[in-house]
Amino acid sequence: MTTLVIAEHDNASLRSTTRNAITAARRLDGEVHVLVAGGGCSAACEAAAGIEGVDKVLCADQPACTDQGAEALASLVVAMVKAGTVAYTHILAPASTFGKNVTPRVAALLDVAQVSDVVAIEDANTYVRPIYAGNALATVRSDDGIQVLTVRTTAFDAAADGAAAPVEAVSIEAAAGGSSLVGRQLTESARPELGAAKTIVSGGRGLGNGDNFQALLEPLADRLGAALGASRAAVDAGFVPNDYQVGQTGKIVAPQLYVAVGISGAIQHLAGMKDSKVIVAINKDPEAPIFQVADYGLVGDLFDVVPQLTAALG
Amino acid sequence: MKILVPVKRVVDYNVKVRVKADQSGVELANVKMAMNPFDEIAIEEAVRLKEAGVASEVVAVSCGVPACQETLRAALAIGADRAVLVTSVVELQPLAVAKILKAIVEKEAPSLVILGKQAIDDDANQVGQMLAALLDWPQATFASKVEASDGQVRVTREIDGGLETLAMPLPAVITTDLRLNEPRYATLPNIMKAKKKPLETVAGESLGVDLAPRLTTLKVVEPPSRKAGILVADVAQLVDKLKNEAQVL
Ligand SMILES: Cc1cc2nc3c(=O)[nH]c(=O)nc-3n(C[C@H](O)[C@H](O)[C@H](O)COP(=O)(O)OP(=O)(O)OC[C@H]3O[C@@H](n4cnc5c(N)ncnc54)[C@H](O)[C@@H]3O)c2cc1C
Ligand SMILES: Nc1ncnc2c1ncn2[C@@H]1O[C@H](COP(=O)(O)O)[C@@H](O)[C@H]1O
Repeated sequence: MTTLVIAEHDNASLRSTTRNAITAARRLDGEVHVLVAGGGCSAACEAAAGIEGVDKVLCADQPACTDQGAEALASLVVAMVKAGTVAYTHILAPASTFGKNVTPRVAALLDVAQVSDVVAIEDANTYVRPIYAGNALATVRSDDGIQVLTVRTTAFDAAADGAAAPVEAVSIEAAAGGSSLVGRQLTESARPELGAAKTIVSGGRGLGNGDNFQALLEPLADRLGAALGASRAAVDAGFVPNDYQVGQTGKIVAPQLYVAVGISGAIQHLAGMKDSKVIVAINKDPEAPIFQVADYGLVGDLFDVVPQLTAALG
Repeated sequence: MKILVPVKRVVDYNVKVRVKADQSGVELANVKMAMNPFDEIAIEEAVRLKEAGVASEVVAVSCGVPACQETLRAALAIGADRAVLVTSVVELQPLAVAKILKAIVEKEAPSLVILGKQAIDDDANQVGQMLAALLDWPQATFASKVEASDGQVRVTREIDGGLETLAMPLPAVITTDLRLNEPRYATLPNIMKAKKKPLETVAGESLGVDLAPRLTTLKVVEPPSRKAGILVADVAQLVDKLKNEAQVL
């Protein structure tokens, strides 16, 4: 058995999601190969080679992969599998927007199913995954010859450094994709990444507007060293950018501490944060469903409570 | 240009589903069903492109049980011109749906297929990408903005780090994210008009594609539930609990 992990990276460094995917790959017996496909990505390749449990890094440093388009990356992975130099049994990527974009293309071209958002690996073809916004957990078995998975990063710890795996250049060329990158507007932040943060302060519609969101939650997040998240309603209303959204159709998080401020606790929001270790809810409505999952609930006006909390942590 | 919009009939997003006692799945009897919310956004976008004079026809397609007709009528009420129901006796998994849609695309020859990014029942997030792969078309998933002109489309995508803009030659596949638009409510006159729009039924088994499920569900269980915690009286008590009981500060 050999698993091919598709690395998520920005050429210079690996995203931590790759480390979660490597841990998942190690739950399967056999070797773990990591494909780093990009343009000028040798630093990311070196970083992958240092991760514990990695047996080999395949470095595809090619112009067609520079923008990491789904068409190019999928064509490369499929060509590598079909070349048959290594008989890959599993292809695995993090269930991030990156992985979700690429792996279904790979699965379709190989004529196999994909198992999305795997949270547990029972054996070489049996997996557990949430369905219906996490209101049910399904155990599914795939009888396809090659198993294509995306894994939920919160369900697998980040693999640490501790190896010196060989880095091999990939000689197979990716096909040029049909789409071309016009540009990216990435949200700049000095805060920890939502997916990997130990503490998250999240705001909802109750904040009223973007200025309040910033004025109240930034200082609290600063005191806690926290990442900032939001409900869909807060994103839709333009308080914060789209990449703040936590939930069924946004980011899945599981920090040590999640502080929900002015968030009602709709099932779609809970789907993204209910695996947090400790949940705090601040809401003026004692009936808000968020209190049903909160370890500590504080009923009150967030405009009073949040500044008090920030001061108390000072 | 013609736009094809696949729409799925799913459990309404307000329903909290229950797992069946025999662990074979979730309880679907007498549960409110609706169009997948991302597919409403897809239909709305296609109809707006038609209203803007970019698209000439919007065709909705749904695969599954005969009751998917209701979902198609809802799509017609938003403004789709006609609908195709593909029936199937077997449970359709994403790869099979993608294969059906490929066969429909080959018949209909649309320039654009707009799907939802994810069905809120299986939460798979696969069909659009799979369809694009089978057709060897470019794709832009998780769209929050679509600008289509003759032969080309520019799509802004919601990605984990922010936004990304792609340009694609047509034909192409797009999947919708929440911020793309706010779907209109179907008006009563439009609901009435929708009843008269053409709805064609095709047997999935007649399309000559492999519909067999690839995944077997062994069991479906409730997730471990969190026990409700306590209400604290004030900020001082909250901080004390976080420090001394939960030890997260
Ligand atoms: C297809 C689909 C996908 C979705 N995906 C997601 C998702 O991924 N993530 C997500 O979050 N949602 C998602 N949603 C939306 C979800 O259903 C809810 O609409 C959303 O989570 C509500 O956000 P909210 O809690 O901020 O707003 P509301 O439900 O409006 O709640 C605001 C809360 O603030 C409280 N409040 C108001 N003022 C104050 C005050 N001064 N002090 C204290 N409390 C106050 C109120 O009591 C209320 O409980 C999705 C919906 C659909 C249909
Ligand atoms: N049975 C179906 N009939 C029509 N469209 C579907 C069906 N299943 C999925 N789709 C489309 O594919 C999208 C993604 O679904 P999924 O990959 O299952 O999460 C949906 O939003 C629909 O646009």
